Amino acid sequence: MKHLLSAADLTRAEAVHVLDTAAEMAATQSREIKKLPTLRGRTVVNLFFEDSTRTRISFETAAKRLSADVINFSAKGSSVSKGESLKDTALTLQAMGADAVVVRHQASGAPHLLAHAGWLDAAVVNAGDGTHQHPTQALLDAFTLRRHLAGDPALGATSGVGADLDGLHVAIVGDVLHSRVARSNLALLTTLGAHVTLVAPPTLVPVGVDTWPCEVSYDLDATLADGKPDAVMMLRVQRERMSSAGGGFFPSPLEYSRAYGLDARRLAILPEHTIVMHPGPMNRGLEISAEAADSPRAVIVEQVANGVAVRMAVLYLLLTGQHDATPVPVTTTTTRTEEAHA
Amino acid sequence: MSHDATTTYVLRGVRPLGGERADVLLRDGVIARIEAQLPEADVPEEAVVVDGADLVALPGLVDLHTHLREPGREDTETIESGTRSAAAGGFTAVHAMANTTPVADTAGVVEQVWRIGRDAGWVDVHPVGAVSVGLAGEQLAELGAMAQSAARVRVFSDDGKCVWDPVLMRRALEYVKAFDGVVAQHAQEPRLTEGAQMNEGIVSAELGLAGWPAVAEEAIIARDVLLAEHVGSRLHVCHLSTAGSVEIVRWAKGRGIDVTAEVTPHHLVLTDEEARGYDPTFKVNPPLRTQADVEAVREGLADGTIDIVATDHAPHAREDKDCEWAAAAFGMTGLETALSVVQATMVDTGRLTWADVARVMSANPARIGRIDTGELAQGRPLAVGEPANLVLVDPAARRVVDGRAQETASANTPFAGRELPGRVVATFLRGRATVLDGAPVRDAAAVGGAR
Repeated sequence: MKHLLSAADLTRAEAVHVLDTAAEMAATQSREIKKLPTLRGRTVVNLFFEDSTRTRISFETAAKRLSADVINFSAKGSSVSKGESLKDTALTLQAMGADAVVVRHQASGAPHLLAHAGWLDAAVVNAGDGTHQHPTQALLDAFTLRRHLAGDPALGATSGVGADLDGLHVAIVGDVLHSRVARSNLALLTTLGAHVTLVAPPTLVPVGVDTWPCEVSYDLDATLADGKPDAVMMLRVQRERMSSAGGGFFPSPLEYSRAYGLDARRLAILPEHTIVMHPGPMNRGLEISAEAADSPRAVIVEQVANGVAVRMAVLYLLLTGQHDATPVPVTTTTTRTEEAHA
Repeated sequence: MSHDATTTYVLRGVRPLGGERADVLLRDGVIARIEAQLPEADVPEEAVVVDGADLVALPGLVDLHTHLREPGREDTETIESGTRSAAAGGFTAVHAMANTTPVADTAGVVEQVWRIGRDAGWVDVHPVGAVSVGLAGEQLAELGAMAQSAARVRVFSDDGKCVWDPVLMRRALEYVKAFDGVVAQHAQEPRLTEGAQMNEGIVSAELGLAGWPAVAEEAIIARDVLLAEHVGSRLHVCHLSTAGSVEIVRWAKGRGIDVTAEVTPHHLVLTDEEARGYDPTFKVNPPLRTQADVEAVREGLADGTIDIVATDHAPHAREDKDCEWAAAAFGMTGLETALSVVQATMVDTGRLTWADVARVMSANPARIGRIDTGELAQGRPLAVGEPANLVLVDPAARRVVDGRAQETASANTPFAGRELPGRVVATFLRGRATVLDGAPVRDAAAVGGAR
């Protein structure tokens, strides 16, 4: 694996290996000095064609904790708006000697193009492309799920190391049609053995979903009560979806919240152990109420922290070629950390 | 040696419409003789003999749907390069679509295109007139003036855009009756396809590309056949692409509605699976559909529901394809691969004979465009006394497509690197060789210009 373009590209063994590596990275992050020398001298470019402060900062933090040089390249406006073409941007990065390019783009498939058009030798990490994929989000979600539901959370970062998500039931709720988070998670969670139910109003489910390896429900209450999910993942509903062609995908925010919002009442239906997730940024009061977002079941803030560890793992594995399924011994990292101290 | 209209050709041992071997004599722009074996004594001394052993002879192909891009986008294709590409593909006539800059919506523009085409001399160029002013879909263009111009326009289309307003469509259908014209509709319900990138279905759902649903095409075709029935007009459906569209046209024909339909070569063979690599070469409008749709359009072409194959040859600049899928232009070239694709999908599979190919790629399109009579008649039978518009095809040849090696000025062929059967060996336009030995005959064009 030279690039990380889609969560669907990972086998179960590869995915578990990334998660295990992330666990080691996370373990280093509780230390006083968090920085590892692993990618010293390597250049990671964050190429963001779309605003996303949180994802960019997460990747930037990850790369810096691995001692890489980080260049943030904000290229709002692509060839669509007659700015510089993606090709010229790629050739520029190639000339500057980028080792990895983390790309966020509004066009589905743009990272695929960067990886395969022959413009660039760097490893390409998809940080979200259009309505297609966001594989590191799926990895951090899987990491969070595994830590809470496939291990002993008391162990901290190393909880669940070596495990997959076999037998877990995850409900993904919201705007599936436009969600790269939903597509990535469906692919990765099913690869790891989990069972997924997508819950959305019919207007926000893509035509063609019947071939996806999951169940589709239009009834959140039934899914929560009967499906007893181990995790409920709420998707962000973008306000612009209420004013697009045909007058919007649903009648009003209130009607959406009534049918598909996670509130205190629905929280109470859930089994004791069920966790609540959200990729952020949240629309409090629309897809998730404050009670749900702030409840002890919510692991939303932890998802953000895990994002750094997972992205460290991805950059480390792609740039050091350690992407076979042989786990990196924890001691190796420890030694390196000690070197860093020295 | 010059190859002009005064050259006499003897085509030795060709198989007219794929039938028995015959010798064909072309003289003074017409087919002078067709005989099993022309006696040596009857071969004029000055005649150029073409060894046509086992080459299939077809009437010159007629494309009802070509984008020549001139005026306006001469960087992607000119009338000269596009018609040379057409000749290389076995065509002797093309209909040049109206979506140029300026739009072909006045007598002035269509006459200009017609004259440049005539002077280029590779094929007959028949401009298509826009239905609405500026393709804006708001007001009828001066259809009568275009019909009465030197270009004698009979086909009207806003292709690239759908004549969406049902009242405007009705008026256009009615109005062209006065000069036996036809409205060629690009069937695409605009609201259902806002921002659409590819066929809506299993693949679009996975790739996260906005869907172009089949119903957006089918709904317009259904409306239009009913309108055509109501006002008693002739309707042509451009680049039909879905199984549902085939069914609607079949139903309409069964009802006696005067509708004809076309399919492109690419919709006969390629599917939306091609989008998986996000290579915008495969981005086209209407989009590549599913295998079931491919099967349905082949069946429709075989049973006569679909009347013609037309290329929708759409050259694009490299920068408009060398980019993200969503930013790329719709369209692919087709003139130099059309006959090969039809051979591969329809002839070699036993679904059409070569005589059927002559029908769907020559006779029918010429009849729909009303260019099948008169001094410059196209799409005529291969018979003595008919204009010597012919193409010789080597069906046994196989070739790997190379976009840059084609005559068209643009390289956006979806078949690059693929092997296709069949090769055009020679093309004759009213007795003049425009292609010989598989290559365009450059001095032929000049002669055409001096005509």
